[in-house]
Order: sequence, then C-alpha cells, then structure tokens
Amino acid sequence: MRTSLILLIGLLVVGIFAPFTGLYTQFLMKCLALALFAVAFNFFTGNVGLLSIGHAAFFGMGAYMAGYATKAWGFTPELALVVALIVGLVLGLVIGGMAIRRQGIYFAMITLALAQMVYFFCVQAPFTGAEDGLQRIPRRALFGIIDLSDDLAMYAFVLAVVVAVVWGFQRLMEAPFGQVLLAIRDNEPRAISLGYDVQAFKLSAFAMSAAVAGLAGGVKALTLGFAGLPDAHWTQSGSVILMCLLGGLGTPLGPIVGAILVVTLESRLSSLGVVHIGSLSVDLSSKVPIIIGFIFMLCVMLFRKGIVGEIAAVLASAKGRRLSAK
Amino acid sequence: MFDIPLQVLLGQITIGLVNGCFYAILSLGLALIFGLLNVINFAHGALYMLGAFGVYLAMQKIGVNYWWSLILVPIVVGAFGALIERLLLRRLAGLDHLYSLLFTFGLALVLEGIFRDIYGSAGLPYPTPPQLRGLIDLGFMRLPIYRVWIVGVSLFVCIATWFLIERTRLGSYLRAGTENARMVQALGINVPLMVTFVYALGAGLAAFAGVLAAPIYQVQPLMGSNILIVTFAVVVIGGLGSTAGAIATGLALGVIEGLSKVFYPEISSTIVFIVMAFVLLMRPAGLFGREA
Repeated sequence: MRTSLILLIGLLVVGIFAPFTGLYTQFLMKCLALALFAVAFNFFTGNVGLLSIGHAAFFGMGAYMAGYATKAWGFTPELALVVALIVGLVLGLVIGGMAIRRQGIYFAMITLALAQMVYFFCVQAPFTGAEDGLQRIPRRALFGIIDLSDDLAMYAFVLAVVVAVVWGFQRLMEAPFGQVLLAIRDNEPRAISLGYDVQAFKLSAFAMSAAVAGLAGGVKALTLGFAGLPDAHWTQSGSVILMCLLGGLGTPLGPIVGAILVVTLESRLSSLGVVHIGSLSVDLSSKVPIIIGFIFMLCVMLFRKGIVGEIAAVLASAKGRRLSAK
Repeated sequence: MFDIPLQVLLGQITIGLVNGCFYAILSLGLALIFGLLNVINFAHGALYMLGAFGVYLAMQKIGVNYWWSLILVPIVVGAFGALIERLLLRRLAGLDHLYSLLFTFGLALVLEGIFRDIYGSAGLPYPTPPQLRGLIDLGFMRLPIYRVWIVGVSLFVCIATWFLIERTRLGSYLRAGTENARMVQALGINVPLMVTFVYALGAGLAAFAGVLAAPIYQVQPLMGSNILIVTFAVVVIGGLGSTAGAIATGLALGVIEGLSKVFYPEISSTIVFIVMAFVLLMRPAGLFGREA
C-alpha cells in the first residue's frame, strides 16, 4: 500500500476519534491549523533542503486576507480560504523568485528579510487593524448552506482540508515531480546535468508551500476568529521550523506530530501559570520563549532527525538486522 | 524637497551614519564567523543586546562607568561566546550549516527570553557619559558629540579589524583557514583555537556595538533581533566575501535609511529590504559577492 493512502486513512481515523476523547475542539482546531502550516513548510524545506525563515509572511497574510474577506466582503469560508491560498501563492512566487537566486545561508537570510518587509507592511497597512489585528472574524456558512459556527462542524471541515492537503503533498512526492525535488536536494549539479530546470522546480515547490502556508493562516483566522501581527512575525517562522525539527524534517508525519507537541506545550505552559517548587515559585507562562529556545538547542544537539525520523531510523535498523539474520 | 530644513536633513544623515556603523560592525562579525566556522550566527543580535545590557547592569549593580564597560563588556561577552563555541557549537561542525543556524536561533530565543522575563519589553534608559554630552556648533548645524564619538570609534574599530584580517600574520592564517581549514591545520596551525578566537572576536564586536548603542537607543531585550534582520539584508547586499565591502555597505545603507526618514518616513523601516530586492534582481551575487 502506498504511504499516501496509509496516511490518508490513518489521519482520518485519528482525526475523527480525537474530539470524542475529551480534548477541546478549539485546541484540536488550533493543532490542525498549525499542523497544516508545518506540513506546508516541510514540503519545501524538508524536500528541497533550503531553509526558509520567511514562512510567517505567508501564514500571516493568509490569515489577514481570509479574515478581511470574511468580515468586509462577506465571503463564505471556502471562498475565504481560496483567497488565502492565492495570496500565499502570489507572495510565494515573488519572495521565492528573488530568494532562489542565491544558495544556502543567503537563501535563509533573504526569506527572513523579505518576510520582515511584509511584516512592516502589515504594521502600516490600513486593513490589518495594526496592533489590534482583525478580531471576531465570523465563520459564516460553508457554501452558504452548512453553518460552521458549531465547533464540531468547523472541526470536520478543517480536518477534511488538512487531510486532503497532506494526502496531496504525499502523492506529489511519490510522483516524478517529488522525485526530482529529492534529486535536486541530494545532488543539484547532477540534476542540472540530467537536464532538469532546477530553478523552476525549486520555485514551484516554494510557491506551493507558500500557498498552503497562506491556506493554513486562513484556517487559523477562521477557526480562532482572530488574525494579528504575531501571525506574521518572524518568531512564527521560528516556531514552524521548531515543529518540523522536533517532529522530523522531511518525514510525512513529522510536521504533524511536531505541531501537536508545540501547541500542546505552549498551551500547557501558559495554563499552568505559576508553579511552586519547594519555596521557589516560577511563572511558567512567561518562560515559553526560553523553553522553546532550549528545545531548539536540545533538538539540534541530540536528535537531529526529530521524533518521527529517529523512530523510523530505529525501525529501519531493526528491519536491517532481521534481514541480515535470515 | 526644498522645504526640508538643512538641520533635519543633516540630523538624519548623522543618525543614519550611526546606524550604519552598527550595521558595519555587526556584519563584519557575521562575515568573520561565517568565513571560518561556516555558521550563520543567528545569536549575533542577542550578543549585541547582551552588550547593551552589560553596560547598563555594570552601572546599576556594580557602579562601573561607561569607559570601563566599553573595554570590559566586549571581553566578557567575547568570553561567553568562546565558551558557547567550545562547549556546544563545536559539536555541530561538519554537519549541514542548517543545524548550526538553528542552534544559534535557539540560543538567541533563550537569551532574549531570559532578559524579557526579568526586565520586560520596555526600554531602559542609559545616560550619555558626561564627557560626551553636549553639541558641537558647526555654524550650519549642531552636532551631538555622542554621535560623532560613535562614528569615530566605530570606524576605528572597523579599520583595526580590517587591518588585523588583511595585514597581519594572524589575519593571513584566518584567511587561509577560510579557504581551506584542513590544509592550514596540516601546516601546524592550531585551527580549533583560531575558530574559538574568531567566534569570541565576533561576539565581542557585537557587544561593543551594543555598548555604543545603549546611550542613544533604549536598552531592551528585543533590540538585537530587529537590528539583526536588517544586518542580514546588508550582508545579502554586500556579500560575505569582502571585509571592506561589508563596512562600506553597512555605512551606505545606514545613510540611505536616514535619508528615507526625511523624504518618505513610511518607507524607512523597509527601505533596506527594498534595496536588497533590487540588488538581487540586478546583481544576484551581491555588490562585492562571491557565491558561497
């Protein structure tokens, strides 16, 4: 059975049972939105091997535009998400078109700088609501028929979107397109000598990744009803990098696992608040960035393949031992 | 453009030069570290912030004055950098540069997070040292002495660093190490020690800029990440290959940024990124660039 099909069925089963385990639907939807963002990021950085530190620009703009389209123009959710997708795509083509002119670390710095430019645009632009952001974004009715103000209905819609994207990306990686991307990542000069237009492949992967990042922003804006400057800030780019690194960069399931872990960690830490250890009292909610930073350093130092990557490596070596024993 | 008073124009140009000096010092450190370690040091902004907090805390807690801090803080931060390189960063050598970048990213988050946790996001004021207060009257404008001091001492440090790299024996080892570290090691030069020294030097330079910045900007935990992103754009424009190029690009962009504040303030926070985009379209390898 293809990996894409296993993923499709597995995620659907887990996703359908999740709301009945007592977890808050709001929390699950936040996990899904950020998992979608992480999947988008992973599709480019995990498969092409270039680090983007600018994905918050797509996420943030997607959130703003989906929110604005719903609030000001009265768009239905699916249309608002299409808007978010297109905004991400166009922005991705512009930023990606400039950034892929340079290699390695320059690529990372350029994406960061251009994303910062988008951030400053968001600070000043009239439609973003500056420091307040867009608040109380309504959900409206899907296709104008199905009311999504109920959390469970919204959850089902978001789950369908996320599972469809994850499946689509995995199918793409199994198709010739994905194989060429991996070839470029592993040996770019050889891919060029085989006649592939490497820049075009990189740019289209970047644009797809940006489009889905925009979509993820739109999903986040609709589910939580809020879009603001933190969505477009570079720390959001850092956060998505951490999700993929923690879960396993370049693995199909890693970004989802990582996103769930990071969202859980953030919400647990801020809900724990002040913790008393003996006579020492520590306010955990203000320590989130410090803890996130430490996890970053630990990940890079100790398990670079991420959780899913390390498990896969252990399984592969066990399989290898079994085969050699035969 | 004739309705802009000369005083305002010249004032913004001097502010631009001051910022340009910070960009130059920071990008010089980034270029040095990248050259020998192949690490893009994301913690550079945090080290700059440590410099500013260093001079502030030295005055608040132990009563050390500005002049002593100017020497001691860069040394302390440099030693901290050496420790980080020796204990942690070294283990990532030889891996994809992505990992060292992410490591320093995490380090920056931790350092900024700690200071934000203790001191909040609001700025803390630091007084200009008494010897550098006041204005010089040039007839057509009044120039704050502290700005002249920053530009003067920064240029001196930049030129000294340039001299160290381009004109001394140690510098020749560094440049050779940038080209081929293994060969230099085989010739009997202690490359690991050199690597530690370079990271400490870069960290010290960043802290030095932070100390200089404390009296004119408020001391606050996020001051580093803001300036770092602009410095990255400067590095992309100038390329990491040339020491003199890094200094010139930093100063030029500082002045351009200053001028944009006079003529079109809305664009002043993004002008450096716009210039970067243009340079990428015209000369993808950067103005003084060698492709890495």
